[in-house]
Order: sequence, then C-alpha cells, then structure tokens
Amino acid sequence: MLAAGLVWLVTAVTVALFVIRRWWLPEAINAHARSWDTHFGITMWLTGAIFVAAQVALGWVILRYRSSDVAAEESGSHGNNRLEWIWTSAAGILFIGLAALSTAIWAGVHLDKAPPNSLRIEAVAKQFAWNFRYAGRDAKFGRTKPELINDANGNPFGLDDADPAGRDDIAVASLRVPAGQPVVLLLKSRDVIHNFFVRELRIKQDLVPGMEIPLHFVADKPGTYEVACSELCGLGHHQMRTQLIVMGKEEYDKWQLEMLQQLGVTAQPETK
Amino acid sequence: MATGDVTATGRYRAAGDEVAPPALGFLRRYVFSTDHKIIGLQYYFLALFAAFVGIALSLLMRWHLVYPDMKIRWLATIWPTGAAGGIMSPELYLSLMTMHGTIMVFFVLTTVPQGGFGNYFLPLQIGAADMAFPRLNMLSFWTVFVSFAVLMAAFLVPGGAPLAGWTAYPPLSAVGAIAGPGLGAGMDMWVLSIALFCVASLMGAINFIATIVDLRAPGLGLMQMPLTCWGWFTTAMISLLAFAVLLPAGLLMLMDRHLGTSFFLPAGLIISDRALPNAGGSPLLWQHLFWFFGHPEVYIAILPGMGLISTILSTFSRKPVFGYKAMVYAMVAIAGLGFLVWGHHMFISGMNPYSAIAFSLITMTVGVPSAIKTFNWLATLWGGKLWITTPMLYALGFVSLFVSGGITGILLGQPAMDLYFHDTYFVVGHFHLIMGVAAIFAMFAGTYYWFPHVTGRMMSEKLGKVHFVVTFLGVYAIFVPMHLAGIVGNPRRYPDFKEFEFLADLRFLHTMMTHAALSTGAVQLVFLFNLIWSNWRGRVAGLNPWRSGTREWSRE
Repeated sequence: MLAAGLVWLVTAVTVALFVIRRWWLPEAINAHARSWDTHFGITMWLTGAIFVAAQVALGWVILRYRSSDVAAEESGSHGNNRLEWIWTSAAGILFIGLAALSTAIWAGVHLDKAPPNSLRIEAVAKQFAWNFRYAGRDAKFGRTKPELINDANGNPFGLDDADPAGRDDIAVASLRVPAGQPVVLLLKSRDVIHNFFVRELRIKQDLVPGMEIPLHFVADKPGTYEVACSELCGLGHHQMRTQLIVMGKEEYDKWQLEMLQQLGVTAQPETK
Repeated sequence: MATGDVTATGRYRAAGDEVAPPALGFLRRYVFSTDHKIIGLQYYFLALFAAFVGIALSLLMRWHLVYPDMKIRWLATIWPTGAAGGIMSPELYLSLMTMHGTIMVFFVLTTVPQGGFGNYFLPLQIGAADMAFPRLNMLSFWTVFVSFAVLMAAFLVPGGAPLAGWTAYPPLSAVGAIAGPGLGAGMDMWVLSIALFCVASLMGAINFIATIVDLRAPGLGLMQMPLTCWGWFTTAMISLLAFAVLLPAGLLMLMDRHLGTSFFLPAGLIISDRALPNAGGSPLLWQHLFWFFGHPEVYIAILPGMGLISTILSTFSRKPVFGYKAMVYAMVAIAGLGFLVWGHHMFISGMNPYSAIAFSLITMTVGVPSAIKTFNWLATLWGGKLWITTPMLYALGFVSLFVSGGITGILLGQPAMDLYFHDTYFVVGHFHLIMGVAAIFAMFAGTYYWFPHVTGRMMSEKLGKVHFVVTFLGVYAIFVPMHLAGIVGNPRRYPDFKEFEFLADLRFLHTMMTHAALSTGAVQLVFLFNLIWSNWRGRVAGLNPWRSGTREWSRE
C-alpha cells in the first residue's frame, strides 16, 4: 500500500512537472532548433509513456499481490520465452528506431558541409574569455604566430603585422552574426577544453586545444543570446560567458564598417 | 555434520564456521585478515565511511549553489584559504565536486556491491570455503584503503584537492598548478589514488573470476548460480578489462605531468600566459581511454545490484526469478555491450561525427537488455505473494529508480539530443538516478537483507521504513528537478549561477533540490543508528528469517 502509493506519487509529480512546462526550452531561433524541438518532443512523449507505464505497473503489482501471509510457500512460473521475445524485440525496434530517426538532425549539424557562401569567423577560447575574429573586407584571415599572442597588447590571436591580409581583421569579444546568413565558426582553444553552447540554437561543441573544429549554423531571429561554457575549464568556468548577437543585415554591415574604420582601413566592401 | 546453533548473544555459529584458528591474534584476525567475511566487512565499512564523506561534500555544494554569499564561519576553519571569511571560493567548490564524484564512484559504488557483499557472500553462495586467493584478497582491500587515504590526503597538500572533475580531462588535469589551484600536488594525489585503486580492482577481479570458475560446489553449474553470483561474475570480468585500461591511462597522465611527455598535450598550448613546450599529444586520447573504462564502470556499479535485486524480489514474492536465463544473458549482454558505447560520452568532443552514429545505435541496444531486466522483475512480482519488508521496499525502489534513471538514457544516447543536453543538469540527474541512487538502493536492500545473516539480529523494520520513505521521496525530489534545470540548459559544474541571466529563473528549483538533499542526507543518520543499534539490540533473527532459498542461508 505504502510502496505503491509512493511510486504513484513520484510518478504523478514528475509527470506534472514535465507537463506544465514552467521550466522548459528557450525559444528556437532557426530551422535546426525547431526540428530539434520536434524530435525532443517525440522522444519525451515516448519515453514518458514508458516511464508512466512501468511505474504504474510496478505500483499495481505491489498493490495487487501484497500478502500478509508471512509463511506463504513458493509458487509461480519460471518464465515464458514467447513473452521474452516480444518485449525484447519491441524495445529494440523502438529504441533503435528513435535513434535512427534523429540522425537527420545530427547530420544537418555535423555531416553536411557548410554552404559555400558562409561567413567564416574564428573563435578562440582561453581560460575564461572568448575572442572572435572576422576576416574583414578581404575575406581573408591574416597570418598569426603563437609567439605574438599577447592579451595585454590587445593581440589575443597573435596577428602578424607583416601580413597585409591581417590589417583588416576584426577581433572582438562577443559574437555578432547577420540574421539568416550561414556562419561557420572555426573553434579553437589556446589552453584547456572549453565549450561553445547557445541554447536557442540547440548546439553545443567542445573547443579542443590542438584542433580546429568547424561548426556551422544559421541564426534567423535577431536578438542577444547568452553563450555558456559547458566543459569544465577551471575556477572561472562559471563566469566564462559571452554573447551571440544576431543582427539585421544592414545593422551588421554598419557595425562592420565602424570596426574597419577603427582599424584605419578604408571601408570598401569589395566582393562579398 | 553437526547442526548450527544461535548463541546467547544471538550471533549465529555453525559447525565448521569458525572464522580462523584461535592461534591468530587480534591483528591477523580482524585487521590483516585473509578471511573473506572479515574482508567483506572491511570493504563495507570503509565504503560506509566514504559514503558519509561524499554525502557531506555534496551537501556543502548544494548549500553553496543556493546561498553562495552566506558566511559560514566553520568553513573558514576547515579551509582557511579556500573559504576565506567563510565564503566558499569557486575553486573550493570545484574541488569538493571532484572529490565527491571520485569518492562516490570508486570508493562507494565500486566498493560495496563487489568488495563488500561479493567477498562476504560469494563463497557462501557457491559453497566455497573462502575466495580462491585469500592473501591476494587481503592485499586488494589494503590497497583500496591506501588508495582512499591518498585521495583524502589531497585535501591537505598545498593548493588543496584537484578541481578537474572525476573525469580529469587534460589539458586541465595534465599541465600542473599553472592551470588552477589544486592541479599541482592535489592532482598528483588524485592520479596516484586512482592508479592504486586500479591495481586493487584488478587483483580483486582475478580473485572473483578464479573463485567462480574453480571453487563452485560440485554439481553447481554456472547456469545454476544465483543471479547475485552472475552479477559479481560479470562485474569481475568488466573490472579486469576496464581497470586494465584506466591504470595505464593514469600512468601516462603522470608522465605528462612530470616527465615532459605529451600523450595528452598538443603543440601550441599557452596557459596562464606561458607557452608550453609539448607537442604531438591529443586531449581526446584521454577521453577515449577514460570512457573505455568509465562507461563499463557504470555497469560495475549496477550489475551486482541487479543480481541482488533479482534475488530479493524473488525471495519476498515467494516466486522463482522470472526468466532466469534471459536475466543471465541480459547481464552478459550489458557487460559486453558496455565496452562498445564509450563514445556516447564524447558526442560533442570533436571526435569523428560519423562514429557518433555507430556509438548511438549500440548505446540504444544496451536499452534492450535493460528493458528485459525490468520486464522480468515486474513478471517476478506478478502473481506472487509479496512480503513487504524493508529490503523488499528497497528492491522495489530500485526497480522504480532503474526505470526513471534508465529511460532518459534513450534521450541522451542520441547524438542530436546530446547537442543540447551534454554537460547540463539533465545528465547529472540521469546518472545520479541510475548509477548513483539505484545502485545505493541495492546496497541498502542488501544491508537490510543480509544484516541478520551477518549479526544474527534483525534491523529495526520501523526505522527501516522511515529511512526508506524519506530517502525514496528525497532522491526523486533532488534528481527529477535536475532534469528540468537541464531542459532550461543549466550547465553542470558551475559553482554559482550569478553570471547568466537565464539561470536566475532556476533559483526556486535549486533551492528545493538543496533542501531535499539536506533532508535525504539527514535521514541517513537514522540508517546509521539502525545499523549500530540493531547489532546489539535488534530482535534475534534465527537462521533464515526471510525464508530465503539461496545457499548462504542454509546453515546446517
């Protein structure tokens, strides 16, 4: 009685907490995030149904078969092969089918290549800060040398002044992208493993020292979104925050122009 | 053979059951003992102590998460630098977190079910006089003991305990103190402790396998062993293969830290403005080696519990285990498949995205034997005559938690879903339910169930039920809301939630979880009291108080 009641109680409260959606996903801001949400919903309903069925069944057998006869003798069957086969294959088909269904979403992020017109942005993380680099009007990143890296002098990427391609490189601490424009982030880390996570995009990717990991996305909805480091990186891990600022096209162009002017580069967007 | 009898103190004594010849002194009999029962108890009590340390650390963390600015004077007494002025620093929080994970995974979840219960009851259940290698058994325990002492000593070295998490990902863990406090001497102590633990586990695994293969009573075939023995058998095989990988990985880590090698360190590292000379290593290599151990480790924690729960459900349903063979095959399948799924911890690590799909499909396959076990447990109960005792309550609680914790694996096992959920509180909720709490429920079930066998007395059923009700409700109240925090996107391993706007909304949930954790932690004292009090004052049990069918209870 007690045990069945407890099992049903936690089941009911759990279901209620998930159904009211008081604590839930943030708004999805692109097509990937929306299809992600759909698959998440399917998975939650299916696994939720299994959860409820199993807990209700557990409570029910407790209630139905509890016995105060302490001296009861052993009885009952040793098993049923047909039943074993049925539930084994049902579980197998369900679980593997669900995973297979979601591979399209995974492929969209990791197997499909970024569109050729993507805006390339270099993202370099270090213990507890972000740096982003834009290639500027020549769409070419300038040469960097690790020995030139100097945060105090405002050269977090180690840009080599000798390379003219680097003169129009824009280096900033938060990530700005034009809405609707495919973007490729080239993720790198200087020291330990960090992680790039934007909830509204439904993507998360580690930045691993020694690797350059490309990550592409399109952000459709202008706004400011928080970027949270999601791989333990040291004592400032919880403060390693930056922003993804999704801007309208004109606004973005205007921002880029200002940045180029600050660098003293004549702002003539040549080819785009 | 003479019949056994219960002595005046209620302690059971059977003919031929004397622990050791009287010539042995106290030291050889109870400290450096080669008797499997004493060693089993030694493992159990070491782990019990470790569990209370682990719980205490988690409560400190939970408190800090919701009251980060509260001054607690005695914290400054314990950690004058880490908690200067009574306020816990982020590095202290992260070191408590690292130590909590390490203590719980290695010294509780790995130690009680196998080292404790296994050592005590395996020989009794298969009719062996002792483990195959009694002296090796003693060495295993004392190696674990030293390993635990070394880990605790990490709190005392300059810089304090490490903050790299129980997964110790390099480069953070491999470059020394320049990457953060505790990553110097503290991290060394951690690696050393884990290496020692690996050695102990390997010795233990060999002992278990040899005992099961060689020392079964005549006529007792493998497929006639109780499922508890299958739990210990599969766990021993996993341990042998998994710790054999973690040990060299730990040694490579030590070499990177002290001998200038670059197994896990790539070229171009600049840490705290210092360029490091390393080149050619890969941080992902550690993750592969660690999770090749780490995932099977989950099954090391849970398989003995699965075996034990099957036995307890069957005993108190007064029915045989439903589908014995399917249960054995499921355990073997879980043990085997467990070695092929480590990549699901690394979906977003930067490894080849095609391999993620393979890892995902195999991961889903593990859900199948897990589902078989759940079905068979329910079918064992079905049509039985359930005697609801405290061990039975814990066994039923185990089934409930196994379902709740396991089912979210179906979500997390999909790489696409992991794109959002990796390293969020959703994962923390998931693995605490399935690996932590379910396994601990099996330990409680085993303790209440076997206590009368070990002491000749019963534990108090009343206190046991109070302990169960609060713990069962408590763990759900702690870990279900964690899933919701994860759905909001709350990253794990954050010492406070002040920096991010989206985390402010979770304050209520986190406060609730903290208070649930405090209540659950407090009620463990009831368990401790019951354990100690019943040893002297418990009702005298008789030979087979549960009317159980396994061999250890037929003591005449």
